[in-house]
Amino acid sequence: MAISKRVVLHFPPRLVEQPIIYKLVKDYDLVLNIMKASVTPKEEGLMVLELSGSRQDYDRGIQYLQETGVRIQSLGQDIMRNETRCTHCGACVVVCPTGALAIDPKSRRVDFYEDKCTACELCVLPCPPRAMEVHF
Amino acid sequence: MVKTIAEINEKIRKGQAVVVTAEEIIDLVDKKGVERAALEVDVVTTGTFGPMCSSGAYFNVGHSKPRIKIGGGKASINDVPVYTGLAAVDIFLGATAIPDDDPRNRIYPGGFNYGGGHVIEELVAGKDVMLVVSAYGTDCYPRKRLETWINIKDLNEAVLFNMRNAYQNYNVAVNLSGKTIYTYMGVLKPNLGNANYCSAGQLSPLLNDPHYKTIGIGTRLFLGGGIGYVAWHGTQHNPDALRSDNGVPRRPAGTLAVIGDLKQMSPRWLVGTSMVGYGCTITVGVGVPIPILSEEILRYTAIKDEEIFAPIVDYSEAYPQRSPDILGEISYGQLKSGRIIVQEKEVPTASLSSYPRALEIANTLKEWIMKGEFLLTEAVAPLPGVEAGRTFKPLNERPIEE
Repeated sequence: MAISKRVVLHFPPRLVEQPIIYKLVKDYDLVLNIMKASVTPKEEGLMVLELSGSRQDYDRGIQYLQETGVRIQSLGQDIMRNETRCTHCGACVVVCPTGALAIDPKSRRVDFYEDKCTACELCVLPCPPRAMEVHF
Repeated sequence: MVKTIAEINEKIRKGQAVVVTAEEIIDLVDKKGVERAALEVDVVTTGTFGPMCSSGAYFNVGHSKPRIKIGGGKASINDVPVYTGLAAVDIFLGATAIPDDDPRNRIYPGGFNYGGGHVIEELVAGKDVMLVVSAYGTDCYPRKRLETWINIKDLNEAVLFNMRNAYQNYNVAVNLSGKTIYTYMGVLKPNLGNANYCSAGQLSPLLNDPHYKTIGIGTRLFLGGGIGYVAWHGTQHNPDALRSDNGVPRRPAGTLAVIGDLKQMSPRWLVGTSMVGYGCTITVGVGVPIPILSEEILRYTAIKDEEIFAPIVDYSEAYPQRSPDILGEISYGQLKSGRIIVQEKEVPTASLSSYPRALEIANTLKEWIMKGEFLLTEAVAPLPGVEAGRTFKPLNERPIEE
């Protein structure tokens, strides 16, 4: 069975110079789409990935990552909406490229569909009350 | 059918007043007609919740021992500079003020994460804020430095005073250029990437009383979660703007200056706001009750989004260069559909003003009136209307020659 999941990987400084992503492709036959990467020598690295492959390969790949010391987070947690600060104005809906932020035509409230969010962070600064928060 | 405000207040006191929101009145008039609805309804409540830059607050912070003359000195709250050109311990904080060390747009587009609006929000939330003063010292006010925490509950006065709120209609902003621009109307993507608007439309106070027949100086209203009053017409008040046959302006027109005790307001309705690449401001909640004194007044309150039109303005060239050109007009009904057509292109729309929160204001005000907690006031003087013959003047520069 094929599966596709979006994950956030945190690389501790000691792993930043190792070819971990190469091994995911070569040894575990996973297809990956890098959505975001921030890897600086001697600092913690961060990568947002969409990983696809067979269920078995995916699980083995994740196990490999965990064994090397990479911390794995599912993506939904990355961008969070501060519900107290959000005023449901709707300024974000035109900057969100995936439709994760959309107006409910009846209530005119802004719905946040976390499953559609790719954590691109484009909504963070244009939000006037700064309700969209990045959590790593 | 003619009612007076005194008669309506009598019904409010007895808990018998019929109050509906400016949204509910639309269906009611559709169903029952203007005549019946005007007989039945006593008050229509309105609301708006959007960024309003000409807002601020003044404070009397009390006298330190020994005394300090803040007046004419320099002062800041949480590093945000305040205006000190007043008596010894009176200061004014504007919503758009930002700390001296904010990088502004040097790193473009600037984030403008914290400014006067945020300080007002924190004060209203009951948080301690830091007052720092440097003064020149006098015989009667010898002190030159002051650094202290202050809290809204300890101030003698904390008064919200907004010179321009509740704009009667506003521009729809688009960007015809080839690069993203950062404006007070939000982020505008290149080549008509989006169209941003900012009005509560059919719920907006002055769009429900287009000729200012009930809203005037002294009108009691919902302000920032508490009670406030119309102090004056707002700055840039322009009753002379182009209007439809129904009297409703098709351009930015009237405005209100409002005032109220900040101590009884709430951070839910005064939200510190950041417009990326533009600056800091505050999102303010305003709701005005409209007494149904006649069928004519009721007819105005039944206005719907489909009947209110706003101009589409290019903010890459026409707006900054003060060119009068517009790209067309569009109704709030169409804007709220999520897509409009501009220059034959389909453009997604976004609002900077929160409709659900405007509705919550109208409903809160309705509740206050129905409970008998909020009585209506008679205006002390009217706002300037079309007949006032006012014109909205630009700045005509006269070079200063040395």
